[in-house]
Amino acid sequence: MTDKASPDEGNNVPLTDSSLVVDISDALSEKDKVKFTVHTRTTMKNFQKSEFLVVRQHEEFIWLHDRYEEDPKYAGYIIPPPPPRPNFDASREKLQRLGEGEGTMTKEEFTKMKQELEAEYLATFKKTVAMHEVFLTRLASHSIFREDPHLHVFLEYDQDLCARPKGKLQQLGGLIKSVGSTTDQYYLNATVRDVNDFFEQQMNSLTEYHGQLKEATTRTDKMTEKHKELADSFIKISGSLLQLANSDNGHLDKFLSKVSDTFEKARKIESRVASDQDLKLADTLRYYMRDSQAARALLVRRLKCLANYENANRALEKARHKNKDIHAAEAVQSAACEQFDAISTQAKEELLDFKTRRLHAFRKSLIELAELEIKHARTQQDLLKKSLQSLKELL
Amino acid sequence: MADDQVEPPPLFETVAIDRVEKEDDDDLFVSAHQDPSPQFDEICPDLTNGDSCLPNPKINDFRGELETVPINNSSLPISMEQVEAVRGDEFLEISITEPQKVGEGMGAYMAYRVKTKTNMPIFKKREFSVTRRFSDFLGLHDKLTEKYLKVGRIIPPAPEKSVIGMTKIKISSQPEGNTTNGNDFVERRRASLERYLKRTAQHPVLVLDPDFREFLESDIELPKATSTSALSSAGVMRLFNKVGETVNKITYKMDETDPWFEEKLAHVEGLETQLRKLHTSVEAMVTYRRELANLTNGVSRSAAMLSTCEDHNSLSRALSQLADTEEKHWQHSQQMLAKKREAKAKLELTNRIDKLDQANAEVVEWESKVERGQENFDKISQMIKKEMDRFEKCRIHDFKIMFIKYLENHLEHQAQLVKFWETFLPEAKAIA
Repeated sequence: MTDKASPDEGNNVPLTDSSLVVDISDALSEKDKVKFTVHTRTTMKNFQKSEFLVVRQHEEFIWLHDRYEEDPKYAGYIIPPPPPRPNFDASREKLQRLGEGEGTMTKEEFTKMKQELEAEYLATFKKTVAMHEVFLTRLASHSIFREDPHLHVFLEYDQDLCARPKGKLQQLGGLIKSVGSTTDQYYLNATVRDVNDFFEQQMNSLTEYHGQLKEATTRTDKMTEKHKELADSFIKISGSLLQLANSDNGHLDKFLSKVSDTFEKARKIESRVASDQDLKLADTLRYYMRDSQAARALLVRRLKCLANYENANRALEKARHKNKDIHAAEAVQSAACEQFDAISTQAKEELLDFKTRRLHAFRKSLIELAELEIKHARTQQDLLKKSLQSLKELL
Repeated sequence: MADDQVEPPPLFETVAIDRVEKEDDDDLFVSAHQDPSPQFDEICPDLTNGDSCLPNPKINDFRGELETVPINNSSLPISMEQVEAVRGDEFLEISITEPQKVGEGMGAYMAYRVKTKTNMPIFKKREFSVTRRFSDFLGLHDKLTEKYLKVGRIIPPAPEKSVIGMTKIKISSQPEGNTTNGNDFVERRRASLERYLKRTAQHPVLVLDPDFREFLESDIELPKATSTSALSSAGVMRLFNKVGETVNKITYKMDETDPWFEEKLAHVEGLETQLRKLHTSVEAMVTYRRELANLTNGVSRSAAMLSTCEDHNSLSRALSQLADTEEKHWQHSQQMLAKKREAKAKLELTNRIDKLDQANAEVVEWESKVERGQENFDKISQMIKKEMDRFEKCRIHDFKIMFIKYLENHLEHQAQLVKFWETFLPEAKAIA
C-alpha cells in the first residue's frame, strides 16, 4: 500500500519577526513505514536557512517527544502528547476480508465496497499525517518549546536522526517505562501528602477525566465504525433491489429501481455522517484523552518534586540533629523548595491553559458536529421526500 | 350432494374425509421423502397406464372431497371476483395486543388478545375480542390448508414455531418476559401472528371460512390442536417441497400441457431467490441498526459521565446535552427498529408465500399427472391462475406500501434528528 497525501492548506502565512511555522507538506506510505516531509519556514536567528524540508518517520517524532519529557527544564509544562503510531492494520484486514468474500457479491457491490475501503484508508492516512503535524505545530508555537535545540535539529538536520525503529527490547523498555510512571504515581500518591488542595483535586479529577475520555473515545469509535458498516450494508440492499427490479416483468421494476437508487444515495449520506462523527467527536475526544494524560504526567512530575523537597527537609533535620553538613543540606533543601515552588506555579498556569484549550476545541468541534449532523439529516430528508414523491406517483 | 355443499354438516364430514385422506398423504410424503426413486418407479407405470391409480383408493376420496369443498365448487353461485366485488366497502380490522405469559415452567405458553372490528354482516357483532394461543393459530392454518390447498388456493403461511424462543420465555421468571431477548421474541411473534391473520382476512374466500370466523369470534376455548405440536408448519412445508422435488423429476418426462405453469414456476423460483437475498441484506441492516443504537446509547452514557467530571460549567452542560441528544437518538432508533423489523418480516412473509405457492403449483401438477378427471384439472388450473393473479396484485401492492412506509418512517426519523441536533446547537455555542 503506497499512498500520498498533501494537506489542503499550504504553508503560506506571512512571516513576522522570529516566526517558526511548521507543516507536513507531504507524506508517503511504504509497507510498514510512513515518511513525513516536514516543511519549516522561519525568521528565527538560530536556523541556517529560512526555509527547509526534511523527511522524518514516526519514530523520530517519538524521539523528539522523549527529549522534551526527560528535560527537567520542561518539567513544569504540559508536553504536547506524541502522535499515535501509524496503524493501517484495520484497513488492510478489511481489504483482505473483502477479497475473501468476493465470490458472495456482485461485481458492482464488490467495486463499491472496495471504493469505500480505499476512501477509509485514505482518511486514516490523512488523519495520521494531521496528528503528526499538530504535534509539531504545538511545539513550534509554544514560546518555550520552540527554542529547544532538539526541535531545531529535528526540523533542520537533513539526515536520519538516531531514532531508528525501536527493536523489541526497546519497545519492552518503553512498556516498563510506562508501567514505571504509573506505579510512580500510585507510590507518590500514597506516600506524599499534598500540601495544596488545588493540586490534589486536580490530580483526582484529571485521573477520572482521563478515564472517562478514554471510555468515551472507545465508545465513539465503535459507534462510528458501526455506522460505517450500516452504510455499507445499504450497498447490498440496493444491489438486491436492483436485481429484483430487473427480474420483475413490468409491475415493479420502475418502483424497485427507484427504491434501490434511494438506498444508494442514502448510503453516501450515512457514510458521511459516520466519518464526520469520527472527525468531529471521536478525534477531539481522542486528542484530549492524550492531552489529559500529558497534563497528568505534569502533576506526577510535580509530586516527584514534592517528594524530593520533603526528603530534603528530612535530611536537613537529620543534619541539624547530628550537627553535621548543615550547610550542604540547607542548600539542597532550599533548591528543592525553589524547584517545587517553581513547578507548582508553572503547573497551575499550564492547567488553566489546558482548560482553555480544551474548552475551545470542544466548542469548535461540538458546534461543527451539530451543524454537520443537521446538514446531513436535512439532505437525507430532501432525498427521502423526493423519492417518496416519485414513488407515490407509481402507486 | 350439491345441497350438502353449502350447509355446514357435510362440511364436517368433509373435514373427516380430509383427515383420513391426509394421513394417507402423509404416508406418501414420508416415503417420498425417504426414498424418492422407488416412489418414482412405483408411480410411473401408473402414470403411463393412464387410467389406473395408486395402490389405495385415495384418489376417489380425493375427488369426492374436492367436489364437496364449499365455494370452490362450480355449482356454487359466488365466484371469487364476485366475492371481491361484494366486499367493496366492507372492512375487517384485526389487531393483536397484550401478549401474556400463562402458567409457569415448561407448561407455560403465551396468550394473545385478538381484537376484531368489522362491518361484515357475516359476524355477529361489530367489535369483539378473544384470547388465543400460538397453537390455535397453527390449528387454524392447518384447517384452512386441509380445505383449500388442494384446490389451488394460496393460503397465507402461519409463523413458524420457535422452540428456542419459547423456551427462553418459559424459563424466564418474569411474568412478562422482561428480558430483552424475550420481549424481542414476543413482539416479533405478536407482529407475525397479526400479519398472518390480516393476510387471511385479505383473502376474499378465506375470510368467509367458518373456521376463520370461529377463530375470531368464538368466546370458548378452541379445542387444542394436537397435530400442530407434533408437526410444525415448517415441517409440513419441507414435506411439500420434498414431494415437489420428486414430482419435478417426474414432470420432466411429461409435457406440461399449460406453459403458463412452467413460466410462473420459473418466475416464482427466481423471485424467491432474489427475495431471499434481499431479506438477508435487510436483516443485516437491521442488526447493524440495532447495534448502532446500542453503541450510541453507550456514547450517550459516556458523555453523561464526562459531563459529571468536567469542571467547566458550560462545557459540562453541553456534554450532558450531547448525552441527551444521543440518548434521544437512541430511543428514537429503538422505535424505528421495530418498524424496520416489521418491513423485514413482511419480506419474509412474501418469501414464504412464494414457497407455499410453489408447492401448491407442484401438487396440482402432480395431481394432473395422475390423470384424474380432466374437468377437475381444468378447474384447479383456473383457480391457481386466479389465485396467482391475486397473489401478484397483493404482492406488488404490499411491496409498494411497505417501501413507502419504510421511507416515510425514515424521513420522520431524519426530521427528529434535525430537531435533536438543533436543540443541541445553541448549547454547544454557549460554551465559553
